[in-house]
Amino acid sequence: MPEIELNLISGRSIQQGVSMEAGKEKPAYTKACGIIEMDDADFKRLGAWRNTNVRVTSEYGSVVVKAVQTTQGPHPGLAFIPMGPWANMVISPKTYSTGMPTFKGVPVTVDVAEDEPVYDSLDLVRKACKGEI
Amino acid sequence: MAKIISDVVCPFCGTLCDDLEVKVSDDGKEILEVYNACVIGTEKFLHSQAEDRLKVPQMQDEEGNSKDVSVDDAVEYTAQMLCNAKKPLMYGWSSTNCEAQSVGHEIAELVGAVVDNTATVCHGTTLIALQDVGVPSCTLGEVKNRADRIVFWGCNPAHAHPRHMSRYSIFPRGFFTGKGHKARKMVVVDPRSTDTAKMADLHMQIEQGRDYELLSALRVAIRGNPLPETVAGIPRETIQDVAETLKSGRFVIIFFGMGVTQSLSKNHNIDIAISLTRDLNDYTKAAIMPMRGHYNVTGSGQVLGWQFGYPFCVDLSRGFARYNPGDSTSNDLLRRGEVDAVFVLGSDPGAHFPISSVKKIAHLPSVCVDPHFTPTSAVCKLHMPVAFVGVEEAGCAYRMDNVPIETRKVVDAPEGMLSDEEFLKRVLTRVKEIKGVA
Ligand code: SF4
Repeated sequence: MPEIELNLISGRSIQQGVSMEAGKEKPAYTKACGIIEMDDADFKRLGAWRNTNVRVTSEYGSVVVKAVQTTQGPHPGLAFIPMGPWANMVISPKTYSTGMPTFKGVPVTVDVAEDEPVYDSLDLVRKACKGEI
Repeated sequence: MAKIISDVVCPFCGTLCDDLEVKVSDDGKEILEVYNACVIGTEKFLHSQAEDRLKVPQMQDEEGNSKDVSVDDAVEYTAQMLCNAKKPLMYGWSSTNCEAQSVGHEIAELVGAVVDNTATVCHGTTLIALQDVGVPSCTLGEVKNRADRIVFWGCNPAHAHPRHMSRYSIFPRGFFTGKGHKARKMVVVDPRSTDTAKMADLHMQIEQGRDYELLSALRVAIRGNPLPETVAGIPRETIQDVAETLKSGRFVIIFFGMGVTQSLSKNHNIDIAISLTRDLNDYTKAAIMPMRGHYNVTGSGQVLGWQFGYPFCVDLSRGFARYNPGDSTSNDLLRRGEVDAVFVLGSDPGAHFPISSVKKIAHLPSVCVDPHFTPTSAVCKLHMPVAFVGVEEAGCAYRMDNVPIETRKVVDAPEGMLSDEEFLKRVLTRVKEIKGVA
């Protein structure tokens, strides 16, 4: 299966804000934030359909999220995961003596992981802390 | 007959909209409808009414099984944890009022804690830059009444501050801006074609992480000096065009967000954005303002500032206030394993810190004070549910332009539920007893 390289940024989306206030344990939060927004061109390179689960991996970790078509593009080569525990599995924790982790501009690879589940926020964080994923 | 409460302040984002109207039931116990707020603000008010809301503190055992405990037990656990720790981290403070923050700081001083707020993962680098080079800023009222050149750099208010453009920056007609958005020029700098960028007169779709170069190029262009053909993926002509647009305005405001603060270069990006603002003041009036996220993260910086002299990551563990971003900041402390207990109030590091930091919290004695059950509660030993500040509790909050606004209470919290301030006061009393101070 092909694997593509992308530059990852995280940030707010309005669905992220609304679903967060409605409860982070609810499916709507996973639907809003357990995703990666990619360009059509990148879907082609990956050879995947939209709305398939993919594994996103960086030097710092990996996470399974649903790949969706970006609404705020085009920006080939750039990927976006809304701020939240899914993005935070792979962003760079390095602060370079400023206190601020590097939430934007992290090199990642993406490959199809159709059969793997996207965990909800509580499960994801619990499993990661217990070393289960 | 339902009642309408007017002039309600929205406790979600730093825009702190103060024109909401909330319809409550006759007995004042239930919120029926929310008017004027954006979808996020509305959700915040309505969700406080959720049937499945947690009302009782929960304690986790070693296996992660939860059991209900009393509020007295929660106070006792928190006070003991803070007193027994050598260097506890007291993190959050951005979704609560200034009154609660000041009680929290009193506890921190007694137990020798590090107090840090959400700026640490948001505009902390901005605060570093402000201390390095100063800041020419203004209020949102001035923006509404005067600004005719609006720049959004690395921020997406259409998603993160949904009413910012309609209340202050783009659409309103102000005293000197009677034509509203028709007389304003909007410039957006973002690597994505965001919903904000789509509304702009000029969108510079910058190569991600090249903010420093582009800001530098704008300074060159403003002086009329030569530029290479492209900088950060933007053609020379566009940069010159933006420079002219800004210079020709009567009042320029640069709003900036996480795109600048969280990319590499961090505080240096903001240093140079401030320098650009200063340069523009040679030609016209210009100001710059961070788009603050949580509704009272600005207030947390203010209260820490009055009390200890620094706006975030204040280390009180040596008996006096130290401030050293990179050393006394939450993620650095957690990653290096330098704290031995974690107290969280008014924020959610479980969802918003890198997972390596969350893993550290999961292995320490920890308390999460929050109306919601969050990923932080999922990994903390104790979850203490409290009233929603700004909905069930009034108090002072600071808007992103440092203007303090008194938030309103619209309904009562469920019976027996404490506010942040009440809970902290009870912990403070117990900490004083344990420490043997009057
Ligand atoms: S813009 Fe911000 S403060 Fe205003 S209603 Fe929306 S969330 Fe609330």
